[in-house]
Amino acid sequence: MTEPLLQVRDLSVLFPARRGAPPVKAVERLSFEIAPGQTLGLVGQSGSGKTTAGRAILQLQKASEGSVRLLGQELMAMRSGELRRMRRHMQFVLQNPYSSLHPRMTIGQILSEPLQVHRSVPANRIRERVKELLELVNLDPAMMQRYPHEFSGGQRQRVVIARALAVNPDFVVCDEPVSALDVRTQAQIVALLQSLQEKLGLSYLFIAHDLAIVREMAHRVAVMFRGRIVEMGSAAQVYDSPAHPYTQLLLDAVPVPDPVLQRGRLRRPPPDLRFLDGDGGSCIHGADHARDGTPEWHEVAPGHGISCRYWPKERSAAV
Amino acid sequence: MTETLARLKGLLGRLLARRGAALGLGFLALVALAAAFATVLPFDPLSQSVAASLLPPSAENWFGTDELGRDILARVIYGARTSLLTAVGAVVIAALVGVPIGLAAGFYGDWRDSLLMRCIDVLLALPNILFAMALIAVLGRSQGAALIAVGIAGIPGFARIARAQVMALRQLDFVTAVRGFGGSPGYIMFRTILPNALSPLVVQAIVLASIAILLEAALAFLGVGVPPPTPSWGEMLRTGKSYLYEAPTYAVLPGIVLTLTILSLDTIGRALTAILDRDETDASGETIGGRR
Repeated sequence: MTEPLLQVRDLSVLFPARRGAPPVKAVERLSFEIAPGQTLGLVGQSGSGKTTAGRAILQLQKASEGSVRLLGQELMAMRSGELRRMRRHMQFVLQNPYSSLHPRMTIGQILSEPLQVHRSVPANRIRERVKELLELVNLDPAMMQRYPHEFSGGQRQRVVIARALAVNPDFVVCDEPVSALDVRTQAQIVALLQSLQEKLGLSYLFIAHDLAIVREMAHRVAVMFRGRIVEMGSAAQVYDSPAHPYTQLLLDAVPVPDPVLQRGRLRRPPPDLRFLDGDGGSCIHGADHARDGTPEWHEVAPGHGISCRYWPKERSAAV
Repeated sequence: MTETLARLKGLLGRLLARRGAALGLGFLALVALAAAFATVLPFDPLSQSVAASLLPPSAENWFGTDELGRDILARVIYGARTSLLTAVGAVVIAALVGVPIGLAAGFYGDWRDSLLMRCIDVLLALPNILFAMALIAVLGRSQGAALIAVGIAGIPGFARIARAQVMALRQLDFVTAVRGFGGSPGYIMFRTILPNALSPLVVQAIVLASIAILLEAALAFLGVGVPPPTPSWGEMLRTGKSYLYEAPTYAVLPGIVLTLTILSLDTIGRALTAILDRDETDASGETIGGRR
């Protein structure tokens, strides 16, 4: 296997205690790798820490511990100046295309901003590069003179993507890039992201709650629950043979396009959501991680692993 | 740039649509024009003629004459120069110092915020007049000293408003986006946040201008303003009050001009606040980028 582009080890984000409430572990001991030109899909319900994880990787959110290495360089130890220079290798696309563009700047100004900040293109070539970028995301270069509010959500998201690509990054975090768009536009944006990946060899961390889109986009998928990755494997492994009960639950929650089947599923009692933390004592596989210090991670197939945390009570007895 | 111009034009049009603001703008324009072209107008604020002292208003001296026989209207016009110069200078000083302080305090929000804002609080705790008098005592009486003293008194207002704006804006997506592609803190503060925080700062500038004119007049009234023979409205009030019985118009007319100027600025400021407030509610999600 080639050298991973991004290597995340034991990344944790702790939000400090507030007025009597205990501190919140938003992200706990996250570890994964992304190879060049590959996409890792990160799925999970709201509040599972997906967005926080993405921001912590980009160092936009202070992580409490762990290591993030991009292109072999440790980001967590960087000073702010070094980090700013490093940012041209990592970019991000935000969820809401309506709020992530400066309302008083023209599209041309917005797209030339990162170029000016990084001085990656000489001043007299900026216009040319902006034109190039707009063509790259299939937009008319003539819209350079216009303002964000003159465009639709899909067009704006293309501008956001063009801005992310302005500095020729190697790695892009896409935080729910399509969830604010209508379904047809979603498909167009997904297709655009895929073609850009092929053309430019980008790596994506693709954060989403829409499982179908993640399957379409991702080579590998990680499922997050309460700040931890509970299952990770190739898209086919995770979707076709989910091994963690939470993943099964998540996949079962996707409605099926058959009214009879779906009605039957809705009549069934809601699944038990009391996932046990499983901290301390022996885990479902009979190993005591607390004592022997091994990670709480079990491979069920090559490249397909699950965490032994957060198993429901009943099933943990059954397995 | 054209968009900014068009916005300004639109704003001016809507200000003129309000009767109070239109009257205020008209009066201010009159005062400003008179001050700007004072040297061209056939008035001399310094020529004395003791024989013609303390005359009531007449066709020749519209506002009458003072104790040295100088034309009061001429002195009011030249006094407008002092007042407006102090106002503009004070606003510029207060904005240049206060806005960066507020931006930095709100942007970092850590110990730097506490440190900067405590300094601002100290400034706020000192009575303006007393502070200005102390400063003038050190610097000596001059136009510059009055301007600096009034400017320093205006710093806390700008700092607090800038800070509040940054705190509201810095969590917005388009600010995070600039952080994400590697904009430095200075770039984010001045290029990304400041252009979106201008409206309340413009209102603050107008409010401060009226406070500055009043404060300058108060300093002159206390005898520590711009040194004579330079005319100043406060100075005229101070001398005029000694002749209230002999020549009531001496103090009253400059007083009326001063009052009207302050009133005009306040009316414009209030109209502007109302217009900008409505803009924000109308276009929430569009102009400010989905704040609510």
